[in-house]
Amino acid sequence: MAGFTRGFSGRQREESPELPPGQFLTHDFPVLSAGPTPRVDLDEWEFSINTETGEKHSWDWAALQALAIDDVSTDIHCVTRWSKLGTSWRGVSLDTLFAEVETSYDYTMAHSYGGYTTNVPLDDLLDGKAWIAFEFDGEPLDPEHGGPARLLIPHLYFWKSAKWIRSIEMTADDDPGFWEQNGYHIYGDPWQEQRYW
Amino acid sequence: MGRWKSGRVVSTREETPSGRSIVLDVPGWGGNIAGQHVDVRLTAEDGYTATRSYSIASADGSDRIELAVDRLPDGEVSPFLVDVLAVGDELEVRGPLGGWFVWKPEQTEPVQLIAGGSGIVPIVAMIRAHAAAGSRARFELLYSVRTPSDVFFASELEGLTTTYGRTTVYTREVPTGWPVLPGRVTREVLAEHTIPASERPSVFVCGPTGFVEAIADWLVELGHDPARVKTERFGGT
Ligand SMILES: Cc1cc2nc3c(=O)[nH]c(=O)nc-3n(C[C@H](O)[C@H](O)[C@H](O)COP(=O)(O)OP(=O)(O)OC[C@H]3O[C@@H](n4cnc5c(N)ncnc54)[C@H](O)[C@@H]3O)c2cc1C
Repeated sequence: MAGFTRGFSGRQREESPELPPGQFLTHDFPVLSAGPTPRVDLDEWEFSINTETGEKHSWDWAALQALAIDDVSTDIHCVTRWSKLGTSWRGVSLDTLFAEVETSYDYTMAHSYGGYTTNVPLDDLLDGKAWIAFEFDGEPLDPEHGGPARLLIPHLYFWKSAKWIRSIEMTADDDPGFWEQNGYHIYGDPWQEQRYW
Repeated sequence: MGRWKSGRVVSTREETPSGRSIVLDVPGWGGNIAGQHVDVRLTAEDGYTATRSYSIASADGSDRIELAVDRLPDGEVSPFLVDVLAVGDELEVRGPLGGWFVWKPEQTEPVQLIAGGSGIVPIVAMIRAHAAAGSRARFELLYSVRTPSDVFFASELEGLTTTYGRTTVYTREVPTGWPVLPGRVTREVLAEHTIPASERPSVFVCGPTGFVEAIADWLVELGHDPARVKTERFGGT
């Protein structure tokens, strides 16, 4: 490894033990997406969980809002190295949504309006680890941040928190999704710096 | 993609009042595809490191890569790269990264390139790759900049007008004798100066978030298939 970079001292830093390796704190909310922002009307919006037997569990907007809603305060970590600490969200826990779902598969593929996909092991969606989030900072989620609703999986790099979520398909194998096919790590743990393959 | 490699600065050039291009020699680099980026890592004497992504302006298959960096006044890394880094200095780089926002010479469909500010960098790589390959794919660029002196790679872009079409929109100040007033790209400007949706171009849009959001929305309204519109946003809001 090279030594230090001549003349570089870094700026006044905000250090924080909550910051995974290689991340820096940001106070704004950068937007990163691969294409145009899909616009989804609430009366057309639907979210479903689809299993290997062809069973489809689906919720329209009113049905989602009728479920138990969590307030979530959490840190988020983008693979492009910014992190935001203590962000606040409202959404429905995947535990609630999976309550009636029967599956023997261990993996999932999240599908978005607009065609984006990302793979997530089922274990990483359950036990209070993930939500379908529709509010950020007390406001309805902006389309550019994934509104009306996005996946929120704070313990993985944020590309796993699929914006404009439309469905979760159960899968037998951990098949790569969109960014995973385009150079990003199959799992994406920020604490292990699992950025790229 | 591999591990961190050491790159040595072989030249720098002032491109705009706030930005410059930097050529690095990276032994073992082995080339990249037009549109890919690199992570650059700086290490302070106390071991502190800062890493940022930069698009690669070159795509010539050699061990030399060219970056172009715009200085953010409050930034940590970009002021160093623009103002302090000098020929002979070493930097660590990792890449090439990204397999989505890329153009390959075997692509034959028309290509509409749309850049705002330093968002021109990956687009320049595509224009260079297109010229180097002698590609006959139709290439059109719509480039939005604040003033004439904010154009990155100005003389090169100027010199290449025969192989691709180019429209520049000046948002704050126009060149003398320019027929239109300064102003932002609007939906009308976009419709008038880009390849129509009916020709099914691949579209690459790169620039600040607000710019990319507005352009991408209008492209979809103008009938472009969202799946053919690839975007890259340079951080910030
Ligand atoms: C794929 C990709 C390609 C890119 N290509 C290019 C390129 O070709 N050319 C180019 O110039 N840039 C490019 N960028 C942007 C680049 O990675 C950097 O984001 C940019 O250079 C700014 O870095 P910085 O360290 O100077 O600013 P930062 O220190 O990251 O600051 C960015 C902004 O956030 C604010 N900010 C950040 N942290 C804090 C904090 N702790 N407290 C308060 N405010 C804060 C700053 O005030 C500033 O306004 C690219 C980004 C990506 C993701």
